[in-house]
Amino acid sequence: MKIGVFICHCGSNIAGTVDTAQVARTALEFPDVAFATDTMYACSEPGQEAIVQAIKDHGLDGVVVSSCTPLMHEPTFRRTVERAGLNRFMFEMANIREHVSWIGKDTEANTRKAAELTRMAVEKLRRNMPLFAKQFEVNKRVLVVGGGVAGIQAALDCADGGREVVLVERESTIGGKMAKLDKTFPTVDCSSCVLGPKMVDVAQHPKITVHALSEIEDVKGFVGNFEIAIRRKAAYVDWAKCTGCGLCMEKCPSRKSLDRFNEGVGTTTAINIPFPQAIPKKAVIDPAFCLKLTKDKCGVCAKICPTQAIDFKQQEALFTEQVGAVIAATGYDLFDISKYGEYGAGKLPDVITGLQYERLLSASGPTGGHVQRPSDGREPKTVVFVQCVGSRDKSVDRPYCSGFCCMYTAKQVILTRDHIPDSTSYVFYMDIRAPGKMYDEFTRRAMEEYGARYVRGRVAMIYPKGDKYVVRGADTLMGTQVEVEADLVVLAAGAEASQGAGKLAEKLRISYDKYGFFLESHPKLRPVETNTAGVYLAGSCQGPKDIPASVAQGSAAAAKVLALFSKDKLENDPMIAAVDIRRCVGCGKCIQVCPFKAIKEVDFRGEPKAEVIETVCQGCGLCTATCPQGAIQLAHFTDNQILAEVNALCLA
Amino acid sequence: MSGVNELRIVGFLCNWCSYGGADAAGVGRLAQPTDLRIIRMPCSGRINPLFVARTLLSGADGVLVSGCHPRDCHYAEGNFYARRRLEVFKRLLPTLGIDPGRFEYTWVSASEGQRWQTVVTTFTEQIHRLGPMPRFSPGEACVAVLAESGG
Ligand SMILES: Cc1cc2nc3c(=O)[nH]c(=O)nc-3n(C[C@H](O)[C@H](O)[C@H](O)COP(=O)(O)OP(=O)(O)OC[C@H]3O[C@@H](n4cnc5c(N)ncnc54)[C@H](O)[C@@H]3O)c2cc1C
Ligand code: SF4
Repeated sequence: MKIGVFICHCGSNIAGTVDTAQVARTALEFPDVAFATDTMYACSEPGQEAIVQAIKDHGLDGVVVSSCTPLMHEPTFRRTVERAGLNRFMFEMANIREHVSWIGKDTEANTRKAAELTRMAVEKLRRNMPLFAKQFEVNKRVLVVGGGVAGIQAALDCADGGREVVLVERESTIGGKMAKLDKTFPTVDCSSCVLGPKMVDVAQHPKITVHALSEIEDVKGFVGNFEIAIRRKAAYVDWAKCTGCGLCMEKCPSRKSLDRFNEGVGTTTAINIPFPQAIPKKAVIDPAFCLKLTKDKCGVCAKICPTQAIDFKQQEALFTEQVGAVIAATGYDLFDISKYGEYGAGKLPDVITGLQYERLLSASGPTGGHVQRPSDGREPKTVVFVQCVGSRDKSVDRPYCSGFCCMYTAKQVILTRDHIPDSTSYVFYMDIRAPGKMYDEFTRRAMEEYGARYVRGRVAMIYPKGDKYVVRGADTLMGTQVEVEADLVVLAAGAEASQGAGKLAEKLRISYDKYGFFLESHPKLRPVETNTAGVYLAGSCQGPKDIPASVAQGSAAAAKVLALFSKDKLENDPMIAAVDIRRCVGCGKCIQVCPFKAIKEVDFRGEPKAEVIETVCQGCGLCTATCPQGAIQLAHFTDNQILAEVNALCLA
Repeated sequence: MSGVNELRIVGFLCNWCSYGGADAAGVGRLAQPTDLRIIRMPCSGRINPLFVARTLLSGADGVLVSGCHPRDCHYAEGNFYARRRLEVFKRLLPTLGIDPGRFEYTWVSASEGQRWQTVVTTFTEQIHRLGPMPRFSPGEACVAVLAESGG
């Protein structure tokens, strides 16, 4: 075998602390190495050309590139060697950047380590075999989880691209947080005027099926062929019959139910349609407040419902959908402000969250758009806004910035002045984060045109005084203590991962960070992909994001799905398991452990043998480590290859 | 010569979580001791405990295995199998005449660069406290293994 070795400088990223020329010289001594050189940027066009040229000039039949992480450029270099006529699996990579040059400054130790990792790659490559992909059918339907603005955008784009879409939403209506907003920054246009038509498009699109009040129960399969089990909660109303007329809401006597849509500002009826533009516009009974379901009394709605849609015996339903790709768009939830005891949040009625304030500002909200204090319905004249409540605060384990609060507070300041011209707003902030297009101009308007008093500093405590609230904090620019007597205090509650996000990630087999936000495949180059093929991300489930960014991601994820579905057949990753039938004793242990049911028992001349279903195997290698006979081997990660790597490191 | 008192530490890391975590540590320029050499595996479930034994008997002074956090496996359940196998294996090490402190397994996700830095630093210190692995001649080692495995 003739192997070529390329040691990348990565500019000074590697060459700064690794003597790359020395590593190349050392590599020439490794077995089968016919050519070795250092190169400035292996991944650049001239870098790749040099590899192609060397393969031709030296008749190489395998290549090692020692450079950055294979998670980044392995596919790039596989294509390079393929261009030169080699099988793309006749290639190995040694990670001498992330695992060497970037984590140590000692050039001598780094150079030695880089040479050893290169030797390891050479030894593995010597045992590589050409591998060839198999083709399999792809189901061209897509599942979108979460019907916020990001999920809506993704669903519409996929459907407009001609694909069938299944949209699963946990609540009884789609819309997410945006449906609760009054106006949106930085244009101050009405949220429901922007979102409403999109929601209607979803409802009317012949290619979109919405499953509201539903959650993902289980996910089986893999890219191109997922089987999704979905659990639909009981609505106690037959939605096939319900017309959304709302008569039941008028008559329901249980009027103290928690109003989830209005964020608990005010109460609602036990049978409820969350808001007039809801999609689907169907009634749901809250079993915790329904007199029939709690005390077996009443039943008024059943009597008056013109279509006899009420069904107190309705059970939750479990059903499955077959899809080829999944877009996760489960958004965010708000930080629980009651964790700030010093702000009296959760106890003082007029200390509320920004989202509750949106409902007070909204013409379709519980107060019809008149800003009123929850405690006594009075119009507040002094409103204090507190930024970063549950953001940028290590003491509550929320060190990150929620991104959009500075902007929506500026918006709320402007709207407060519009609603109550003789009011004064104060904003306690840490820094103002306004990096988007027209964003800084917008926050300036709040200060300059709308006269909001911005005070830089944290609020120490909030306590009641008469019918007002004293907000005490520091003005760190003036170096003084500040006390404001407020009628209403609005806390910019930070964004956190949506409830149950971690569990969903586990079902989808994608990663999430310690705060529960889903992990993208690459922070810059693959922002809407995950490490699980066929699963994509959109919106604030990946990290707090405002509406423009969420929508952009929804479209981006849809583009990825449409690209995936543009092929009639997908190719499997050929790094899969294969059975040596002479060694297989038919014990069936591999069949038991395979998480993908990719191994079946076959009869071979009267004896049971294991056989791998090539397009189902995902290449985890669990079977290989299980087989007592060493009869099933994972291509590209065979026992021999791994032990050769071990030997390269230990015996050489 | 610098780094001469390096010991030989081999890491078996799953591709999806821990390898990414080690990358994240690199991207964050989180300085680490230079002893460790990482072998990339598809999944911690691919790791046959005998790899670890072979590595220790072939000249390594320590072996570190790292996979996805339980329930967070890219292949659904590979790390559960890994945990069971490796735990049993760790308890067996004394019978092989190997200090169980020379082998650790842990879980590091792709976002946990800092955690990876801590894991590597702590484990490297631990191996340095134990010092180089006492060596038999290759023949003796084989006899020892065979004797213990009853073969
Ligand atoms: C007070 C406030 C004001 C704001 N004002 C503005 C503004 O003016 N301009 C702006 O650009 N941004 C604003 N934002 C930010 C805006 O809310 C977000 O950018 C936007 O809602 C993100 O959309 P999304 O689809 O990613 O998430 P979400 O809106 O959170 O939608 C997620 C959806 O997924 C559903 N879901 C969650 N988990 C599951 C599950 N497991 N299964 C099924 N469904 C699930 C949820 O029920 C929800 O419908 C504001 C935010 C707040 C808090
Ligand atoms: S049964 Fe009575 S309380 Fe329950 S939803 Fe119907 S009207 Fe309301």
